[in-house]
Amino acid sequence: MAAVKPMGFSAGLSFSEALDSEAGLARQALYYMQLMREVEERIERKLYRQGKIVGGVYVGRGQEAICVGAGLAAEPDDMLFPCHRDLALYFIRGVHPRQVFAQYMGRVGGLTRGKDGNMHMGDLRLRIVAIISAMAASVPVAAGAAMAQKYKGSRDVTMVFFGDGATSRGDWHEGINLASVQKAPLVLVCNNNHYAYSTPLDKQMACENVADRAPGYGIAAEIVDGNDVFAVHQAARRAVRHAREGRGPYLIECKTFRMTGHSAHDPGDYVPKHLWEEWAQKDPIDRVRRRMIEEGWAVESELDAISAGIRRDVDAAIEWAEASPFPDPSELLEHVYDPAPRSI
Amino acid sequence: MALTTYVEAVRQGIWEEMERDPDVFLIGEDLGVYGGAFKVTLGMLERFGERRVIDTPISESAIVGAAIGASFMGLRPVAEMQFADFISCAFDQIVNFAAKCRYRWNAPAPIVVRAPSGGGIHGGPFHSQNPEAWFCHTPGLKVIAPATAYDAKGLIKSAIRDNDPVIFFEHKALYRRVKEDLPEQEYTVPIGKARVFREGRDLTVVTYGAMVYAAEEAANELAREGISMEIVDLRTLLPIDEETILASVRKTSKAILLHEATLTGGIGGELAARIAEKAFEHLDGPVLRIAAPDCPVPYSPPLEDAFLPNARKVIEKARWLYHY
Ligand SMILES: Cc1ncc(C[n+]2csc(CCOP(=O)(O)OP(=O)(O)O)c2C)c(N)n1
Repeated sequence: MAAVKPMGFSAGLSFSEALDSEAGLARQALYYMQLMREVEERIERKLYRQGKIVGGVYVGRGQEAICVGAGLAAEPDDMLFPCHRDLALYFIRGVHPRQVFAQYMGRVGGLTRGKDGNMHMGDLRLRIVAIISAMAASVPVAAGAAMAQKYKGSRDVTMVFFGDGATSRGDWHEGINLASVQKAPLVLVCNNNHYAYSTPLDKQMACENVADRAPGYGIAAEIVDGNDVFAVHQAARRAVRHAREGRGPYLIECKTFRMTGHSAHDPGDYVPKHLWEEWAQKDPIDRVRRRMIEEGWAVESELDAISAGIRRDVDAAIEWAEASPFPDPSELLEHVYDPAPRSI
Repeated sequence: MALTTYVEAVRQGIWEEMERDPDVFLIGEDLGVYGGAFKVTLGMLERFGERRVIDTPISESAIVGAAIGASFMGLRPVAEMQFADFISCAFDQIVNFAAKCRYRWNAPAPIVVRAPSGGGIHGGPFHSQNPEAWFCHTPGLKVIAPATAYDAKGLIKSAIRDNDPVIFFEHKALYRRVKEDLPEQEYTVPIGKARVFREGRDLTVVTYGAMVYAAEEAANELAREGISMEIVDLRTLLPIDEETILASVRKTSKAILLHEATLTGGIGGELAARIAEKAFEHLDGPVLRIAAPDCPVPYSPPLEDAFLPNARKVIEKARWLYHY
């Protein structure tokens, strides 16, 4: 199993402070949230518009606190099942931004070598399972991973991410119910961003909260401010502890807002303007930055230097990805099957 | 007169049927306020209201199941799958329930399930598939895959009027790429009838959907070499219009079956068997298939280009068969 480095990709940047201190958490969280935003801005507003990315583009702008706060609560051996707005999970596990750019551009340097695009990528060595495009299809799979962790007697847990819309699928309900009766160590992280494509929450479900469904399955749940990375992280720690202790699944509903259209081709005209404006005030990155300065954990110039470092790293990552070749057509039929059986 | 695109043709067909029959209603994801992921249902919410244009949760199985239930009550549901790739989420309701209702207990389930399918749009493994063969293997269903704007409009109207469950594949790459002049007056296109898209003498290509245009491009090129290729556009994949296929093959004595879906288990194999059974003595060469290779649809452009059948691949096989 490859070791996971809990540090930034910038030369010289390392996180010495423990995540137990709020200051230490703030530092790591801010780094990963900013890195995610910078990478996604380049993908959506530059490379996609330049025609260098030809497929679909979905970003998590405004929701970065969720995957970062929860992802930092998982141990390297815990399994992660990201959804399409959880890019930072990959960085936390050590995937380099240049691999992400190459993935989006269909180059061999991407995690799938061009077989798949955008966020549809995974790496079992890093314990990240590739997104299943059909919403919520990941939930029963994550339940199975969690059952296997229990089967093997390990203390690892599985964390699965999904949106509010995904909770309408039967797979979501079946997966949770199975995990619950099996008392599998499954942490469920919902980003409730109020929209599923163009469909607002009240057309998606008639209860107020996704978490309201938890009692029906006999699982623990809590609701947090999804734009507060500290709150998300603390909730995720509680959830992970609960699951590790063998008490079964735990659902965290993170209230947030999708600060973009559904994808790069959707301007999101159906979202009332005042909602964009209200939620812009709650930007999770601004909030951490402000708090760090107010608490005296960092000074502005220091944070600016980190931002500048991220931009430089991202420039270099794009350059690397653009230099990565397209796959040769001869690779088309590779990896459809494994020619060898299992050896024990 | 302005030319009508394929996407507009489907839209017009649905629109006319909704005007004609108050029992026709739409059910699916993002089709009301948003007008559908591909804008097929644009403006319908404004015209027909929320009662008849129902935006649902992300629940494909419930969409199709509810459509079947409503059809028992005399309504005529038109369900949309946002991408044909997600029709598998509703598989059970389609193949185990809708398809078998008439046979088991004499209950018709007149639903239409619309499904935007096909590659060539860099959609990758989950937004490019052609799953028609799954449904062609299911007695009780009808399966339609139009190639032209004219047929798209005429067939969606027939599908809505049909008394059995119909799976209606709309090829995404054709939505805005093909257009034509449509008749002013109302028309329908019969289900179960192929048509000769282009007449030829020397060999027959039987195909459907976007591949009709790959065949056409190939036929133009081959014509310059003096090879005359006939193109049969199936339009309906189930039931199969054997007569039109066999008539063409008997005339040209050589047949190629072309589809964008993958080779093994694709409907080309079924058609080849029928030609072998019923036109063997007319054949002057082996029956050939051209299809995507047996792998998922890849994302990266050079891989997808290698995956998709195209005019070049048709030309190569057609030349070989012509000289056989
Ligand atoms: C089964 C299925 N149906 C439809 C789609 C198309 N689709 C992709 S994302 C999406 C909306 C997802 O909403 P939600 O789960 O709330 O996640 P969000 O995009 O808001 O983060 C839809 C309908 C899909 N991927 N899978």
